[in-house]
Amino acid sequence: MSKQPTYTIHFLALLLVLLVCLSLNISLGSVSISVIDTIKVIFSSDIGESSNSYIIWNYRIPKALTAILVGSGLALSGLLMQTLFRNPLAGPYVLGISSGASLGAALLIMGSSLFSGFITFSAFNDIALAIASSMGSFLVLLVVLTVAVKIKDTMALLIIGLMFGSITGAIVSVLSYFTKAEKLQQFIFWEFGSLGNLTWMQLSILCLCTCIGILLSIRSIKSLNAFLLGENYAKSLGIHLKKSRYIIIIATGLLAGCITAFAGPIAFIGLAVPHLTRQLFHTTDHKILIPAVLCCGAILMLICDTIAQLPGSMSVLPINAITSIFGAPVVIWLLVRKKKMMF
Amino acid sequence: MVISSQKENDVLIKPDKVIKYKNSNIILNISNLSIGYDKKVIAENISFNLKKGELVAIVGVNGIGKSTLLRTIGGFQTKISGSIQIEGKELTTIDTLDLATKVSVVLTEPIASKNMSVKELLALGRQPYTNWLGKLSDEDIAFITKSVSLLELTPFLDKKCYELSDGQLQRVMIARALVQDTSIILLDEPTTHLDLYHKVQILKLLKSIAHKTEKTILFTSHEIELAIQLCDKMLILDGRTNPFEEPCKLIEHKNFETLFPADMISFDANSGSFKIKK
Repeated sequence: MSKQPTYTIHFLALLLVLLVCLSLNISLGSVSISVIDTIKVIFSSDIGESSNSYIIWNYRIPKALTAILVGSGLALSGLLMQTLFRNPLAGPYVLGISSGASLGAALLIMGSSLFSGFITFSAFNDIALAIASSMGSFLVLLVVLTVAVKIKDTMALLIIGLMFGSITGAIVSVLSYFTKAEKLQQFIFWEFGSLGNLTWMQLSILCLCTCIGILLSIRSIKSLNAFLLGENYAKSLGIHLKKSRYIIIIATGLLAGCITAFAGPIAFIGLAVPHLTRQLFHTTDHKILIPAVLCCGAILMLICDTIAQLPGSMSVLPINAITSIFGAPVVIWLLVRKKKMMF
Repeated sequence: MVISSQKENDVLIKPDKVIKYKNSNIILNISNLSIGYDKKVIAENISFNLKKGELVAIVGVNGIGKSTLLRTIGGFQTKISGSIQIEGKELTTIDTLDLATKVSVVLTEPIASKNMSVKELLALGRQPYTNWLGKLSDEDIAFITKSVSLLELTPFLDKKCYELSDGQLQRVMIARALVQDTSIILLDEPTTHLDLYHKVQILKLLKSIAHKTEKTILFTSHEIELAIQLCDKMLILDGRTNPFEEPCKLIEHKNFETLFPADMISFDANSGSFKIKK
């Protein structure tokens, strides 16, 4: 038998596409700046006073980096969940993990007005938001996993995810009823999802969490591959089930929670990207799939973001709407074409 | 019995009782084992020894505890009492990763991802030996190649698991267990869903693997008639004495006669088969 394929050409092509999308994303926007000017601004040594350089450094580059982190992080958490739950329909949004994060964020944003004066520093605020959302997603993830161990039925699991969506939705509406208008507005804007508006401080927290998530996933490559056979087989291959499961859950919760905290609940990227990636890479080996979904997720998110800002116009669409408009048909198309969803 | 020249192993079974193994050929030793869930005993009083290179079937009626026994030996569920020793070591003291180099399994549950190619599935069998990234060494690839040729899987290597028939997939799963290079292979009902030809094919294959590679193969089965013809030894779970012998001895001792209700099915000792009473 020959060695395993490494897909070098695939990865080089993906990186190239990623670079093209990145430069397009940075150069397109309400103010049109040509690609060449963009590259000039990025590589010139002096951070000039020009408006172009200000727009690029303070608005577009943070936003593009956010898109990359959000896209790759969500895609990876989707891949991890599909393998962990042995369910092709698993994803952070579908299983209610994003709802959990929403609840955490809602409690913090709107609940903090009830304990006014408690949170004052903005840096603390950012970290608190990340922690609250991550806690929310961990909580839902743990409950869903507990149920998944008891109920092996795919449909039941998805319905439970939906129910969590309803419960958190209800709690959020109760909270909004009692909250001040400006806090409510802040929460609603958060819920639309947005890749902009992130300070460099927030961006570095996001980056740190995503990196930890990626490292934990890379550490779990072997157990993830073994989980593809089922838990009993994984155990017979020498995998410590509990330990590996917890590492994967922590990685997923950290990725989905932290991303949802800063960018809002973004739909379908987590579900659709792993399936799209499997169309490009005909393998189930996570050693290949993890870097592949990271690239594909980043590319897709950059494209969605470029569309969302409607180049040349003054208005920006909510990113969540764009990912749903693109993501849902992709899932339907995959289902129709293959008749059966596999992972 | 062949007595080897290797030094005697003193193995502790119960704190008060030390048993000496003079025969190092014993791979699996089970004594006075009770199995079940929590406090509910499903089967008890099970004792037998398996030697290197033996093909052994566990037979018995539905619900008597065949699979439970296999799952207990595989470490998937805990025993209630008694002892299970693998290569002279008590099962509960063996680390998961260590156990993976001693016991491999073929289970009844379908694999979670049928999208996997045969090649990838076989490569997973080397997991206990590979580095943290799961990179295959030349030795790993040699093991895979050997199993592929032994089970004649070359034409299927690049196929996905969902493209295979039940019989082909079962062969792939056996090859995967073989790739894991363990002294014991446990198979839970490896011949269900297969027609007579494929049943015989799988069982003959298991026999040749056991004899050629000196691996001990223990499987549960409802194919009592086939097992009588092919197995070196058989364990009958009957809820009483649980006899363990060579098939011809079991026939001599009339152990098969009482396996099923006598007013419906009788056992014909001459042909080694069951007859329906009309």
